[in-house]
Amino acid sequence: MNNKRRSLVKNNAFQSIVASLICIVLGLVLGFIVLLIIKPSGAVGGITALLRSYFKYQDAKHVLELFTQTMVKAVPLIMCSLSILFCYKVGLFNIGAAGQYCIGIGIAIYAAIAWKLPWWLCMLMALAGGAILGCIVGLLKAYRNVNEVISGIMLNWMSLYVVNIMLKTVKQPNISETRNIPFNSRIPSLGLDKLLGNKYASIAIPLVIVIAVGIYILLEKTRFGYELKATGFNKHAAKYAGMAEKRNIIVTLAIGGALAGLGAAMFYLTNFQHWETEAATVPAMGFNGIAAAFLGGLNPIGCIFSSFFIQHITEGGAYIDNMTYAPQMSDLIFAIIIYLCSFVLFIKSVMNRSMAKNEKKRAALAGIDSVPGTGAALVADPPSDQDASADEPETPPLSEDGKGGDE
Amino acid sequence: MLLLLQYTLIYASVLILVALGGCFSEHSGVINLGLEGTMIIGALGGALTMNLMPNAPAPLMVIMVILISMASGLVYSLLLAVASINFKADQTLVGTAMNMLALAAATVIVKAINAAASSKPSATLTYVAQKESFIVRMGNFDFNWFMPVTLILLIAAYILLYKTKFGLRLMACGEHPQAAASVGISVFKMRYAGVMISGVLGGLGGIVYIMSGVSEWKFDYGVAGFGFLALAVMIFGQWKPHRIALSALLFGLFRALSQVHSSLNFIEALNIPAELYNMLPYIISLVVLALTSKKSRAPKAEGIPYDKGMR
Repeated sequence: MNNKRRSLVKNNAFQSIVASLICIVLGLVLGFIVLLIIKPSGAVGGITALLRSYFKYQDAKHVLELFTQTMVKAVPLIMCSLSILFCYKVGLFNIGAAGQYCIGIGIAIYAAIAWKLPWWLCMLMALAGGAILGCIVGLLKAYRNVNEVISGIMLNWMSLYVVNIMLKTVKQPNISETRNIPFNSRIPSLGLDKLLGNKYASIAIPLVIVIAVGIYILLEKTRFGYELKATGFNKHAAKYAGMAEKRNIIVTLAIGGALAGLGAAMFYLTNFQHWETEAATVPAMGFNGIAAAFLGGLNPIGCIFSSFFIQHITEGGAYIDNMTYAPQMSDLIFAIIIYLCSFVLFIKSVMNRSMAKNEKKRAALAGIDSVPGTGAALVADPPSDQDASADEPETPPLSEDGKGGDE
Repeated sequence: MLLLLQYTLIYASVLILVALGGCFSEHSGVINLGLEGTMIIGALGGALTMNLMPNAPAPLMVIMVILISMASGLVYSLLLAVASINFKADQTLVGTAMNMLALAAATVIVKAINAAASSKPSATLTYVAQKESFIVRMGNFDFNWFMPVTLILLIAAYILLYKTKFGLRLMACGEHPQAAASVGISVFKMRYAGVMISGVLGGLGGIVYIMSGVSEWKFDYGVAGFGFLALAVMIFGQWKPHRIALSALLFGLFRALSQVHSSLNFIEALNIPAELYNMLPYIISLVVLALTSKKSRAPKAEGIPYDKGMR
């Protein structure tokens, strides 16, 4: 039984979840400290409002409506985080997801309002738009050696201005927002709106889960996914093994772009929100996707939960007392959480190291003579304290058969 | 035309400062994608200083603002140093987190400060009167004290990098840290130094940027990708200070064009939407990168956490 518990602790997925939870808790604690510094008396109320979000209402129906609304808003976030995750697995940091998302918005809204195309066609066009943008980044990376982060950022700003120019032609007369999406261009809900008590609920919600599972299968269970990941691990080795490493880079970024572009259509075609044609900043969705991807432990299924959590906190930002604190408190907390996520490898290695220490103690107690080989090896070669174990957190310092040492 | 020259010089100053920051960090082996965030924090530090001492005499104001901006940038860059040097974190992720953190933190802080004055606080800081301390009017041309400061720092950076023991050691750490360590150079110290210098320069670049054209700044707007433009300048400049200065002038010209196009009659006559001018610096930098990156030689070990045991 003990063994079972320990193998659970060693399990990579379990460690990822624990590491993410540690990041969240630390992020919230630091956020709380910021609230305390700004105004001590309101801090407890502030952090509670942030976490409780819309659950402060008594009416169950109202809570369900807002819960569904959070899901509707989590859909594009999940898509952006999948985009970032997919590219990251191949060793590419797709910060251009923000721009790909932006161009997806522009195309989806324009196709719906100006051309009155059916919803699925609008979605496909947004997907294609994102994919083309991703392709540009991929081509520049593969053939011109341009860092994908820098070209991604440049394209983000360009897409913002292009979308503004494009959508100014379909805006409402006196204000700078775009018009409503026509009914036949909206994503059908097939009764989900009644079921979930919110008129914006659509088939986008189940669809996003299907896509997440699809990405998981593609990455983990197919040869194509394996090739892509191999390219990410070592470009030169992949080339040597006969993989088209340049093509893989381009395809990866195109898929990443397609995911982000599709995500935009899945949100804006519900008519939940209009585009502000005087927007001066790139939508934050793509950047929050980075937070969601890493908080989700770089696992497509984990991203669903982390995105929902992030959206929940974002909604909570609106419930904070605006007189004393800025609603951007929630952004601040994600930013802290993402920063902490970069320590995940370190947290995991600490977990492995402390476990190794425990096992060593146990092995020593159980008596070295029962399994001489393993025991002696453990004593002779203790996990070195600093650098070595921090480098390779994935491999616990103990060998597998070390577990048998304490029967 | 004079206006175009003035803006070109001031934007080039920003780009030179920030790109030099990136240059020092990358020569030591750490990719600093958090420069954008460092600029925001430096700008915040400088702007708050101006708000706190509205009536200070001009020389004191200039010196204090420069020093505080540099110090805020330095402190903020430690976030990158600790994560990437001590904990061997993914430098791209840390840099991105720093950019988001700076934007959110600056917004929250400025709004908290403004909350005392109004019931609906904005994220804007104004420094109309204070800005005068930095400017010497020469007819139509506004000479800005930041321009000579940038020139001095540019020359200093060149000398530091190529003519001193420190600079050569720093570059060794970015090329082959293990070799550098084998002759007794502390890679950790050198990388800390590189990141901290980049923080100082990035912070200063931030305050220069927000004071370039306007006399108030909306902190929820960030610095509009200028930190990344500076990285493009750095790559175009092949990680060499003198080339960085030249490419910064080129980029600065295009950025200035987007600022002043409405006051130049012959350009305004072309009747191109304003958005296109806003896009111009980004388009140019992407094209330039596509044309020059192939041959570029980045420091060999940049982005790779230092590992004593590796060969």
